[in-house]
Amino acid sequence: MNVKILKLLEKNARMEAKDIAMVTDLSEDEVKREISEMEKAGIIRGYKGVINWEKLNTGTVSAIIELKVTPKAGLGFEEVAERIAKYPEVESVSLMSGACDLTVVVTGKTFQEVSFFVAKELALIDSVTSTSTQFIMRRYKEFGVELTNEKEDGRGAISL
Amino acid sequence: MIDYSKILSDTVVGIKPSGIRKFFDIANTMEDIISLGVGEPDFRTPWQIRSAGIRSLERGQTRYTSNRGLEAFRDELSRYVERKYSVKYEPATEILVTVGGSEAIDAAIRAIVNPGDEVIIPEPSYVCYEPITKLAGGVPVIINTKAENDFKLTPGELIEKITERTKALVLPYPCNPTGAIMEKADLEAIANVLRDRNIIVISDEIYAKLTFGGVTHTSIASIPDMAERTLLINGFSKTFSMTGWRLGYICGPKEILKQITKIHQFAIMCAPTTSQYAAIEALRSCDDDVERMKEEYDSRRKIIVKGFNELGLTCREPKGAFYAFPSIKSTGMTSDEFCEKLLYSKKVAIVPGTAFGESGEGFVRASYCYSIEHIKEALMRIGEFLKELGLN
Repeated sequence: MNVKILKLLEKNARMEAKDIAMVTDLSEDEVKREISEMEKAGIIRGYKGVINWEKLNTGTVSAIIELKVTPKAGLGFEEVAERIAKYPEVESVSLMSGACDLTVVVTGKTFQEVSFFVAKELALIDSVTSTSTQFIMRRYKEFGVELTNEKEDGRGAISL
Repeated sequence: MIDYSKILSDTVVGIKPSGIRKFFDIANTMEDIISLGVGEPDFRTPWQIRSAGIRSLERGQTRYTSNRGLEAFRDELSRYVERKYSVKYEPATEILVTVGGSEAIDAAIRAIVNPGDEVIIPEPSYVCYEPITKLAGGVPVIINTKAENDFKLTPGELIEKITERTKALVLPYPCNPTGAIMEKADLEAIANVLRDRNIIVISDEIYAKLTFGGVTHTSIASIPDMAERTLLINGFSKTFSMTGWRLGYICGPKEILKQITKIHQFAIMCAPTTSQYAAIEALRSCDDDVERMKEEYDSRRKIIVKGFNELGLTCREPKGAFYAFPSIKSTGMTSDEFCEKLLYSKKVAIVPGTAFGESGEGFVRASYCYSIEHIKEALMRIGEFLKELGLN
Protein backbone atom coordinates (compact mmCIF):
# COMPACT_ATOMS: atom_id res chain seq x y z
CA MET A 1 0.00 0.00 0.00
CA ASN A 2 1.62 3.19 -1.14
CA VAL A 3 -0.25 6.38 -0.43
CA LYS A 4 2.13 8.53 -2.47
CA ILE A 5 1.53 6.43 -5.57
CA LEU A 6 -2.23 6.62 -4.96
CA LYS A 7 -2.13 10.42 -4.68
CA LEU A 8 -0.13 10.71 -7.90
CA LEU A 9 -2.50 8.42 -9.80
CA GLU A 10 -5.51 10.21 -8.41
CA LYS A 11 -4.16 13.44 -9.81
CA ASN A 12 -3.07 11.95 -13.13
CA ALA A 13 -4.21 8.41 -13.86
CA ARG A 14 -1.97 8.30 -16.90
CA MET A 15 1.22 9.11 -15.07
CA GLU A 16 3.78 6.65 -16.33
CA ALA A 17 5.32 4.15 -13.95
CA LYS A 18 8.69 5.55 -14.97
CA ASP A 19 7.80 9.02 -13.68
CA ILE A 20 6.08 7.69 -10.56
CA ALA A 21 9.30 5.80 -9.86
CA MET A 22 11.35 9.00 -10.14
CA VAL A 23 9.11 10.88 -7.77
CA THR A 24 8.79 8.13 -5.16
CA ASP A 25 12.41 6.92 -5.28
CA LEU A 26 11.29 3.39 -6.16
CA SER A 27 12.25 1.30 -9.17
CA GLU A 28 9.89 1.14 -12.13
CA ASP A 29 9.24 -2.56 -11.44
CA GLU A 30 8.45 -1.89 -7.80
CA VAL A 31 5.95 0.79 -8.84
CA LYS A 32 4.25 -1.52 -11.31
CA ARG A 33 4.06 -4.23 -8.68
CA GLU A 34 2.57 -1.90 -6.06
CA ILE A 35 -0.04 -0.64 -8.50
CA SER A 36 -0.97 -4.17 -9.50
CA GLU A 37 -1.37 -5.20 -5.87
CA MET A 38 -3.53 -2.22 -5.06
CA GLU A 39 -5.69 -2.94 -8.09
CA LYS A 40 -6.14 -6.54 -6.95
CA ALA A 41 -6.93 -5.45 -3.40
CA GLY A 42 -9.70 -3.21 -4.69
CA ILE A 43 -8.02 -0.04 -3.47
CA ILE A 44 -7.63 1.23 -7.02
CA ARG A 45 -11.05 0.67 -8.52
CA GLY A 46 -10.52 2.18 -11.94
CA TYR A 47 -9.04 4.94 -14.07
CA LYS A 48 -11.32 7.57 -15.58
CA GLY A 49 -10.83 10.31 -18.09
CA VAL A 50 -12.28 13.72 -17.24
CA ILE A 51 -14.18 14.84 -20.32
CA ASN A 52 -15.69 18.23 -21.01
CA TRP A 53 -18.72 17.01 -22.99
CA GLU A 54 -20.09 20.50 -23.34
CA LYS A 55 -17.37 21.33 -25.82
CA LEU A 56 -18.79 18.69 -28.14
CA ASN A 57 -22.48 19.59 -28.10
CA THR A 58 -23.28 15.92 -27.82
CA GLY A 59 -26.04 16.54 -25.35
CA THR A 60 -25.55 14.37 -22.38
CA VAL A 61 -27.68 15.43 -19.49
CA SER A 62 -27.05 14.72 -15.86
CA ALA A 63 -29.16 15.17 -12.80
CA ILE A 64 -28.61 14.97 -9.07
CA ILE A 65 -31.45 13.08 -7.46
CA GLU A 66 -32.02 13.22 -3.73
CA LEU A 67 -33.75 10.12 -2.46
CA LYS A 68 -35.50 9.53 0.81
CA VAL A 69 -35.32 5.87 1.63
CA THR A 70 -36.86 3.65 4.27
CA PRO A 71 -33.97 1.54 5.41
CA LYS A 72 -34.63 -2.20 5.40
CA ALA A 73 -34.60 -3.90 8.78
CA GLY A 74 -31.20 -5.37 9.45
CA LEU A 75 -29.85 -4.18 6.11
CA GLY A 76 -29.95 -0.43 6.46
CA PHE A 77 -29.45 1.51 3.26
CA GLU A 78 -26.87 -0.89 1.84
CA GLU A 79 -29.20 -3.01 -0.21
CA VAL A 80 -30.95 -0.10 -1.87
CA ALA A 81 -27.72 1.73 -2.51
CA GLU A 82 -26.07 -1.28 -4.08
CA ARG A 83 -29.12 -2.00 -6.18
CA ILE A 84 -29.21 1.54 -7.52
CA ALA A 85 -25.46 1.44 -8.16
CA LYS A 86 -25.92 -1.43 -10.59
CA TYR A 87 -27.75 0.71 -13.18
CA PRO A 88 -25.40 1.88 -15.95
CA GLU A 89 -27.28 5.20 -16.06
CA VAL A 90 -26.20 5.86 -12.50
CA GLU A 91 -22.90 7.67 -12.28
CA SER A 92 -22.64 7.85 -8.50
CA VAL A 93 -24.49 6.86 -5.33
CA SER A 94 -23.74 8.32 -1.93
CA LEU A 95 -25.21 7.93 1.53
CA MET A 96 -25.81 11.35 3.04
CA SER A 97 -26.25 12.94 6.41
CA GLY A 98 -29.10 15.43 6.73
CA ALA A 99 -32.54 15.50 5.19
CA CYS A 100 -32.03 13.19 2.24
CA ASP A 101 -30.66 9.70 2.52
CA LEU A 102 -29.07 8.96 -0.82
CA THR A 103 -27.75 11.25 -3.52
CA VAL A 104 -27.67 9.71 -6.96
CA VAL A 105 -26.20 11.22 -10.12
CA VAL A 106 -27.89 9.98 -13.28
CA THR A 107 -26.71 10.63 -16.84
CA GLY A 108 -28.73 10.22 -20.03
CA LYS A 109 -29.00 11.58 -23.57
CA THR A 110 -31.91 13.91 -22.95
CA PHE A 111 -33.83 15.53 -20.10
CA GLN A 112 -36.64 13.19 -20.94
CA GLU A 113 -34.51 10.09 -20.71
CA VAL A 114 -33.24 11.05 -17.27
CA SER A 115 -36.68 12.04 -15.99
CA PHE A 116 -38.07 8.76 -17.27
CA PHE A 117 -35.39 6.80 -15.51
CA VAL A 118 -36.08 8.57 -12.21
CA ALA A 119 -39.85 8.23 -12.49
CA LYS A 120 -40.00 4.69 -13.89
CA GLU A 121 -37.06 3.07 -12.14
CA LEU A 122 -35.71 4.89 -9.12
CA ALA A 123 -38.99 6.15 -7.73
CA LEU A 124 -40.50 2.71 -8.01
CA ILE A 125 -37.82 0.94 -6.01
CA ASP A 126 -39.44 -0.55 -2.92
CA SER A 127 -37.77 1.41 -0.15
CA VAL A 128 -37.62 4.75 -1.99
CA THR A 129 -40.20 7.06 -0.47
CA SER A 130 -39.48 10.27 -2.37
CA THR A 131 -37.26 11.71 -5.07
CA SER A 132 -36.17 15.27 -5.76
CA THR A 133 -34.45 15.84 -9.10
CA GLN A 134 -32.15 18.72 -9.98
CA PHE A 135 -30.67 18.87 -13.44
CA ILE A 136 -27.05 19.89 -13.82
CA MET A 137 -26.99 22.89 -16.15
CA ARG A 138 -23.25 23.22 -16.40
CA ARG A 139 -20.24 21.57 -14.87
CA TYR A 140 -17.28 23.75 -13.91
CA LYS A 141 -15.05 21.34 -12.08
CA GLU A 142 -14.98 17.55 -11.76
CA PHE A 143 -12.64 15.19 -9.99
CA GLY A 144 -10.47 18.15 -9.09
CA VAL A 145 -10.13 19.20 -12.74
CA GLU A 146 -11.37 22.55 -13.96
CA LEU A 147 -13.43 22.12 -17.13
CA THR A 148 -13.76 25.69 -18.23
CA ASN A 149 -11.11 28.32 -18.74
CA GLU A 150 -7.74 27.47 -20.19
CA LYS A 151 -5.05 27.77 -17.56
CA GLU A 152 -3.36 31.10 -17.86
CA ASP A 153 0.12 31.64 -16.54
CA GLY A 154 0.48 35.33 -15.78
CA ARG A 155 4.22 35.13 -15.20
CA GLY A 156 5.76 35.81 -18.61
CA ALA A 157 8.60 33.72 -19.96
CA ILE A 158 11.61 34.81 -17.99
CA SER A 159 12.25 36.45 -14.66
CA LEU A 160 15.41 36.19 -12.65
CA MET B 1 18.45 70.80 -25.20
CA ILE B 2 19.30 69.11 -21.96
CA ASP B 3 22.36 66.86 -21.96
CA TYR B 4 21.36 63.87 -19.84
CA SER B 5 24.88 62.49 -19.76
CA LYS B 6 25.75 65.49 -17.62
CA ILE B 7 23.02 65.05 -15.05
CA LEU B 8 22.82 61.35 -14.30
CA SER B 9 24.74 59.69 -11.48
CA ASP B 10 27.95 58.20 -12.85
CA THR B 11 27.64 55.26 -10.48
CA VAL B 12 24.20 54.35 -11.73
CA VAL B 13 25.05 54.82 -15.36
CA GLY B 14 28.14 52.72 -14.78
CA ILE B 15 26.09 49.70 -13.81
CA LYS B 16 25.81 47.79 -17.04
CA PRO B 17 22.43 46.21 -17.77
CA SER B 18 22.56 42.45 -18.19
CA GLY B 19 23.91 41.53 -21.63
CA ILE B 20 21.06 39.13 -22.11
CA ARG B 21 18.35 41.72 -21.71
CA LYS B 22 17.70 41.42 -25.41
CA PHE B 23 17.22 37.67 -25.13
CA PHE B 24 14.79 38.16 -22.25
CA ASP B 25 12.79 40.74 -24.17
CA ILE B 26 12.48 38.43 -27.15
CA ALA B 27 11.52 35.46 -24.99
CA ASN B 28 8.93 37.50 -23.15
CA THR B 29 7.20 38.60 -26.32
CA MET B 30 7.43 35.41 -28.38
CA GLU B 31 4.23 33.46 -28.76
CA ASP B 32 3.65 29.81 -28.04
CA ILE B 33 6.80 29.24 -26.12
CA ILE B 34 7.14 26.77 -23.34
CA SER B 35 9.15 28.30 -20.59
CA LEU B 36 11.27 26.99 -17.76
CA GLY B 37 12.55 30.47 -17.17
CA VAL B 38 10.68 32.19 -14.37
CA GLY B 39 11.80 32.71 -10.82
CA GLU B 40 8.47 32.72 -9.05
CA PRO B 41 6.06 30.04 -7.80
CA ASP B 42 3.20 28.85 -9.99
CA PHE B 43 0.99 28.36 -6.94
CA ARG B 44 -1.50 31.02 -6.01
CA THR B 45 -1.16 32.63 -2.63
CA PRO B 46 -3.09 30.31 -0.26
CA TRP B 47 -6.68 31.50 0.16
CA GLN B 48 -6.37 32.06 3.93
CA ILE B 49 -3.70 34.66 3.25
CA ARG B 50 -5.68 36.31 0.47
CA SER B 51 -8.76 36.40 2.70
CA ALA B 52 -6.85 38.00 5.53
CA GLY B 53 -5.57 40.63 3.13
CA ILE B 54 -9.03 41.31 1.73
CA ARG B 55 -10.51 41.51 5.22
CA SER B 56 -7.92 44.05 6.26
CA LEU B 57 -8.81 46.17 3.21
CA GLU B 58 -12.50 45.93 4.00
CA ARG B 59 -11.80 47.05 7.52
CA GLY B 60 -9.99 50.07 6.15
CA GLN B 61 -6.61 49.06 7.54
CA THR B 62 -4.80 51.03 4.92
CA ARG B 63 -2.73 53.53 6.85
CA TYR B 64 1.02 53.49 7.38
CA THR B 65 2.18 51.01 9.95
CA SER B 66 5.04 51.83 12.27
CA ASN B 67 8.29 52.01 10.30
CA ARG B 68 9.55 48.71 11.62
CA GLY B 69 6.28 46.96 10.78
CA LEU B 70 3.13 46.04 12.68
CA GLU B 71 3.97 45.10 16.23
CA ALA B 72 1.76 42.01 16.09
CA PHE B 73 3.51 40.98 12.89
CA ARG B 74 6.98 41.35 14.34
CA ASP B 75 5.89 39.32 17.36
CA GLU B 76 4.76 36.53 15.03
CA LEU B 77 7.96 36.78 13.03
CA SER B 78 10.06 36.49 16.16
CA ARG B 79 8.18 33.36 17.19
CA TYR B 80 8.33 31.94 13.67
CA VAL B 81 12.06 32.48 13.21
CA GLU B 82 12.77 30.95 16.58
CA ARG B 83 10.55 27.98 15.85
CA LYS B 84 11.86 27.30 12.38
CA TYR B 85 15.48 28.42 12.51
CA SER B 86 16.31 28.33 16.21
CA VAL B 87 17.47 31.92 16.46
CA LYS B 88 15.87 34.35 18.86
CA TYR B 89 15.30 37.99 17.84
CA GLU B 90 13.61 40.71 19.86
CA PRO B 91 10.59 41.95 17.91
CA ALA B 92 11.02 45.52 19.06
CA THR B 93 14.66 46.09 18.19
CA GLU B 94 16.02 43.24 16.12
CA ILE B 95 13.44 42.73 13.39
CA LEU B 96 12.52 45.01 10.48
CA VAL B 97 9.72 44.37 8.01
CA THR B 98 10.82 45.28 4.49
CA VAL B 99 9.50 45.50 0.95
CA GLY B 100 10.59 42.04 -0.06
CA GLY B 101 13.94 40.47 0.54
CA SER B 102 15.12 42.92 -2.14
CA GLU B 103 14.77 45.99 0.06
CA ALA B 104 16.35 44.14 2.96
CA ILE B 105 19.46 43.38 0.92
CA ASP B 106 19.70 46.93 -0.37
CA ALA B 107 19.24 48.58 3.01
CA ALA B 108 21.60 46.14 4.72
CA ILE B 109 24.41 46.81 2.28
CA ARG B 110 23.86 50.56 2.39
CA ALA B 111 23.92 50.53 6.18
CA ILE B 112 27.22 48.71 6.34
CA VAL B 113 29.31 49.69 3.36
CA ASN B 114 31.60 52.72 3.30
CA PRO B 115 33.00 53.83 -0.06
CA GLY B 116 35.73 51.39 -1.03
CA ASP B 117 34.60 48.63 1.34
CA GLU B 118 34.64 45.18 -0.17
CA VAL B 119 31.64 42.89 -0.27
CA ILE B 120 32.34 39.25 -1.08
CA ILE B 121 29.72 37.70 -3.33
CA PRO B 122 29.69 34.01 -4.27
CA GLU B 123 28.54 33.37 -7.83
CA PRO B 124 26.61 32.10 -9.70
CA SER B 125 23.93 33.83 -7.64
CA TYR B 126 21.02 36.22 -7.89
CA VAL B 127 21.86 39.32 -9.86
CA CYS B 128 21.16 42.07 -7.35
CA TYR B 129 24.13 41.86 -4.98
CA GLU B 130 26.77 43.28 -7.29
CA PRO B 131 24.83 46.31 -8.53
CA ILE B 132 23.53 47.11 -5.02
CA THR B 133 27.07 46.99 -3.68
CA LYS B 134 28.26 49.35 -6.40
CA LEU B 135 25.38 51.73 -5.79
CA ALA B 136 26.42 51.87 -2.14
CA GLY B 137 29.93 52.81 -3.18
CA GLY B 138 31.29 49.40 -2.30
CA VAL B 139 33.57 47.07 -4.25
CA PRO B 140 32.09 43.68 -5.19
CA VAL B 141 34.55 40.80 -4.82
CA ILE B 142 33.33 37.76 -6.68
CA ILE B 143 34.01 34.16 -5.71
CA ASN B 144 33.38 31.69 -8.52
CA THR B 145 31.95 28.66 -6.73
CA LYS B 146 32.50 25.32 -8.40
CA ALA B 147 30.29 22.54 -9.66
CA GLU B 148 32.50 19.90 -8.05
CA ASN B 149 31.73 21.50 -4.70
CA ASP B 150 28.04 21.52 -5.59
CA PHE B 151 28.42 25.31 -5.83
CA LYS B 152 28.83 25.63 -2.07
CA LEU B 153 31.11 28.31 -0.70
CA THR B 154 34.24 26.70 0.74
CA PRO B 155 36.34 28.20 3.53
CA GLY B 156 39.39 28.06 1.27
CA GLU B 157 37.69 30.13 -1.42
CA LEU B 158 36.58 32.61 1.24
CA ILE B 159 39.94 33.08 2.92
CA GLU B 160 41.57 33.71 -0.42
CA LYS B 161 39.40 36.76 -1.02
CA ILE B 162 39.43 38.37 2.42
CA THR B 163 41.42 41.59 2.64
CA GLU B 164 41.58 44.38 5.23
CA ARG B 165 38.84 46.10 3.24
CA THR B 166 36.39 43.23 3.42
CA LYS B 167 33.29 44.47 5.22
CA ALA B 168 30.64 41.91 4.33
CA LEU B 169 29.99 38.49 2.89
CA VAL B 170 26.77 37.77 1.04
CA LEU B 171 25.64 34.22 1.73
CA PRO B 172 22.78 33.40 -0.64
CA TYR B 173 21.71 29.89 0.26
CA PRO B 174 19.60 28.06 -0.82
CA CYS B 175 20.86 29.56 -4.05
CA ASN B 176 19.24 30.93 -7.17
CA PRO B 177 20.25 29.68 -9.83
CA THR B 178 22.29 26.70 -8.68
CA GLY B 179 19.90 25.17 -6.16
CA ALA B 180 22.87 24.73 -3.84
CA ILE B 181 22.44 24.67 -0.08
CA MET B 182 24.89 25.06 2.77
CA GLU B 183 24.35 22.49 5.48
CA LYS B 184 25.31 22.88 9.11
CA ALA B 185 28.81 21.52 8.67
CA ASP B 186 29.40 23.78 5.66
CA LEU B 187 28.25 26.81 7.63
CA GLU B 188 30.39 25.87 10.62
CA ALA B 189 33.40 25.83 8.36
CA ILE B 190 32.59 29.33 7.13
CA ALA B 191 31.89 30.46 10.69
CA ASN B 192 35.36 29.29 11.67
CA VAL B 193 36.86 31.70 9.14
CA LEU B 194 34.68 34.62 10.21
CA ARG B 195 34.57 34.18 13.95
CA ASP B 196 37.39 36.56 14.83
CA ARG B 197 36.88 39.06 12.07
CA ASN B 198 34.78 42.16 11.71
CA ILE B 199 32.97 40.86 8.68
CA ILE B 200 29.20 40.95 8.54
CA VAL B 201 27.34 38.06 6.94
CA ILE B 202 24.36 39.11 4.86
CA SER B 203 22.48 35.84 4.74
CA ASP B 204 19.85 35.82 2.01
CA GLU B 205 17.67 32.91 3.06
CA ILE B 206 14.64 33.63 0.91
CA TYR B 207 14.47 29.98 -0.22
CA ALA B 208 14.95 28.59 3.29
CA LYS B 209 11.68 26.67 3.29
CA LEU B 210 12.57 24.90 0.08
CA THR B 211 15.18 22.35 0.97
CA PHE B 212 14.92 18.75 -0.09
CA GLY B 213 16.34 15.31 0.51
CA GLY B 214 15.41 15.34 4.17
CA VAL B 215 17.60 18.35 4.93
CA THR B 216 16.17 21.21 6.98
CA HIS B 217 17.62 24.63 6.41
CA THR B 218 20.16 25.86 8.92
CA SER B 219 20.70 29.59 9.27
CA ILE B 220 24.27 30.69 9.82
CA ALA B 221 22.86 32.92 12.56
CA SER B 222 22.22 29.81 14.63
CA ILE B 223 25.89 28.79 14.61
CA PRO B 224 27.68 29.80 17.84
CA ASP B 225 29.14 33.34 17.76
CA MET B 226 27.51 34.14 14.45
CA ALA B 227 24.30 35.87 15.53
CA GLU B 228 26.18 39.02 16.46
CA ARG B 229 27.66 39.29 12.99
CA THR B 230 24.80 38.02 10.80
CA LEU B 231 21.90 39.76 9.15
CA LEU B 232 19.24 37.15 8.47
CA ILE B 233 17.14 38.06 5.47
CA ASN B 234 14.02 36.15 4.49
CA GLY B 235 10.61 36.86 3.04
CA PHE B 236 7.24 35.71 1.90
CA SER B 237 7.61 35.59 -1.87
CA LYS B 238 8.85 32.07 -2.40
CA THR B 239 7.69 30.33 0.77
CA PHE B 240 4.09 31.51 0.71
CA SER B 241 3.80 32.32 -3.00
CA MET B 242 3.41 36.00 -2.21
CA THR B 243 5.78 37.49 -4.78
CA GLY B 244 3.57 40.45 -5.71
CA TRP B 245 2.73 41.28 -2.10
CA ARG B 246 6.30 42.59 -1.66
CA LEU B 247 7.07 41.47 1.84
CA GLY B 248 10.28 40.47 3.51
CA TYR B 249 12.14 40.91 6.77
CA ILE B 250 15.58 41.33 8.16
CA CYS B 251 16.74 40.21 11.60
CA GLY B 252 19.99 41.03 13.29
CA PRO B 253 21.84 42.80 16.09
CA LYS B 254 19.95 45.86 17.26
CA GLU B 255 22.89 48.16 16.60
CA ILE B 256 22.82 47.33 12.89
CA LEU B 257 19.03 47.17 12.67
CA LYS B 258 18.84 50.68 14.08
CA GLN B 259 20.83 52.03 11.14
CA ILE B 260 19.06 49.91 8.56
CA THR B 261 15.78 51.21 9.94
CA LYS B 262 16.95 54.77 9.33
CA ILE B 263 17.38 54.05 5.63
CA HIS B 264 14.06 52.23 5.54
CA GLN B 265 12.32 55.08 7.34
CA PHE B 266 13.44 57.71 4.88
CA ALA B 267 13.31 55.71 1.68
CA ILE B 268 10.27 53.50 2.23
CA MET B 269 8.35 54.57 5.38
CA CYS B 270 6.84 51.10 5.83
CA ALA B 271 6.19 47.88 3.96
CA PRO B 272 2.70 47.45 2.44
CA THR B 273 0.16 47.36 5.22
CA THR B 274 -2.23 44.91 3.55
CA SER B 275 0.61 42.49 3.00
CA GLN B 276 1.60 42.67 6.65
CA TYR B 277 -1.88 41.82 7.87
CA ALA B 278 -2.11 38.98 5.38
CA ALA B 279 1.29 37.68 6.41
CA ILE B 280 0.29 37.38 10.07
CA GLU B 281 -2.27 34.86 8.92
CA ALA B 282 0.35 33.16 6.77
CA LEU B 283 2.63 32.59 9.73
CA ARG B 284 -0.18 31.36 11.93
CA SER B 285 -2.04 28.99 9.68
CA CYS B 286 -0.19 28.05 6.52
CA ASP B 287 2.45 25.54 7.56
CA ASP B 288 0.46 22.80 5.83
CA ASP B 289 0.21 24.75 2.59
CA VAL B 290 3.94 25.39 2.63
CA GLU B 291 4.57 21.69 3.17
CA ARG B 292 2.17 20.74 0.39
CA MET B 293 3.80 23.11 -2.09
CA LYS B 294 7.23 21.85 -1.09
CA GLU B 295 6.25 18.23 -1.74
CA GLU B 296 4.96 19.19 -5.15
CA TYR B 297 8.23 21.01 -5.93
CA ASP B 298 10.13 17.94 -4.78
CA SER B 299 8.29 15.66 -7.24
CA ARG B 300 9.05 18.06 -10.04
CA ARG B 301 12.65 18.38 -8.93
CA LYS B 302 13.21 14.67 -9.29
CA ILE B 303 11.63 14.57 -12.73
CA ILE B 304 13.60 17.52 -14.09
CA VAL B 305 16.97 16.40 -12.75
CA LYS B 306 16.56 12.89 -14.09
CA GLY B 307 15.25 14.34 -17.32
CA PHE B 308 18.33 16.46 -17.96
CA ASN B 309 20.71 13.69 -17.02
CA GLU B 310 18.96 11.31 -19.40
CA LEU B 311 19.46 13.86 -22.18
CA GLY B 312 23.18 13.85 -21.51
CA LEU B 313 23.16 17.28 -19.87
CA THR B 314 24.80 16.53 -16.53
CA CYS B 315 22.71 17.91 -13.74
CA ARG B 316 23.85 17.61 -10.16
CA GLU B 317 21.05 17.24 -7.66
CA PRO B 318 19.92 20.65 -6.42
CA LYS B 319 18.98 20.48 -2.75
CA GLY B 320 17.21 23.83 -2.48
CA ALA B 321 15.17 26.58 -4.16
CA PHE B 322 13.33 25.56 -7.35
CA TYR B 323 16.03 25.56 -9.99
CA ALA B 324 18.03 22.90 -11.77
CA PHE B 325 21.40 23.97 -13.13
CA PRO B 326 22.45 21.45 -15.78
CA SER B 327 25.71 21.73 -17.63
CA ILE B 328 25.51 22.19 -21.39
CA LYS B 329 29.27 21.85 -21.89
CA SER B 330 28.81 18.56 -23.72
CA THR B 331 27.18 20.47 -26.59
CA GLY B 332 30.25 22.63 -27.18
CA MET B 333 28.06 25.74 -27.22
CA THR B 334 28.18 28.69 -24.87
CA SER B 335 25.25 29.19 -22.52
CA ASP B 336 24.01 32.16 -24.52
CA GLU B 337 24.24 30.27 -27.82
CA PHE B 338 22.46 27.24 -26.41
CA CYS B 339 19.57 29.23 -25.01
CA GLU B 340 19.16 31.39 -28.08
CA LYS B 341 19.22 28.47 -30.49
CA LEU B 342 16.85 26.50 -28.29
CA LEU B 343 14.46 29.42 -28.10
CA TYR B 344 14.35 29.98 -31.84
CA SER B 345 14.30 26.38 -32.98
CA LYS B 346 12.14 24.73 -30.33
CA LYS B 347 10.50 27.68 -28.59
CA VAL B 348 11.72 26.62 -25.17
CA ALA B 349 12.85 29.41 -22.87
CA ILE B 350 15.50 28.72 -20.27
CA VAL B 351 18.00 31.10 -18.75
CA PRO B 352 21.72 31.04 -19.61
CA GLY B 353 23.91 30.54 -16.54
CA THR B 354 25.90 33.62 -17.51
CA ALA B 355 22.96 35.76 -16.42
CA PHE B 356 24.15 34.99 -12.90
CA GLY B 357 27.87 35.56 -13.26
CA GLU B 358 30.85 34.43 -15.33
CA SER B 359 30.99 31.18 -13.41
CA GLY B 360 27.60 30.35 -14.91
CA GLU B 361 29.20 29.85 -18.34
CA GLY B 362 28.52 26.35 -19.57
CA PHE B 363 25.34 26.03 -17.52
CA VAL B 364 21.68 26.86 -17.91
CA ARG B 365 19.02 27.48 -15.29
CA ALA B 366 15.77 25.58 -15.60
CA SER B 367 13.07 26.43 -13.07
CA TYR B 368 10.76 23.71 -11.89
CA CYS B 369 7.98 25.95 -10.69
CA TYR B 370 5.78 24.43 -13.39
CA SER B 371 3.54 21.38 -13.60
CA ILE B 372 5.10 18.00 -14.30
CA GLU B 373 3.38 17.83 -17.71
CA HIS B 374 4.84 21.21 -18.62
CA ILE B 375 8.32 20.17 -17.52
CA LYS B 376 8.13 16.94 -19.48
CA GLU B 377 7.02 18.75 -22.63
CA ALA B 378 9.94 21.15 -22.31
CA LEU B 379 12.39 18.29 -21.73
CA MET B 380 11.03 16.49 -24.77
CA ARG B 381 11.61 19.53 -26.95
CA ILE B 382 15.12 19.96 -25.56
CA GLY B 383 15.70 16.32 -26.42
CA GLU B 384 14.59 16.96 -29.99
CA PHE B 385 16.83 20.01 -30.13
CA LEU B 386 19.85 17.95 -29.09
CA LYS B 387 18.96 15.20 -31.55
CA GLU B 388 18.75 17.64 -34.41
CA LEU B 389 22.21 18.87 -33.51
CA GLY B 390 23.41 15.28 -33.58
CA LEU B 391 24.15 15.42 -29.90
CA ASN B 392 21.76 12.86 -28.49
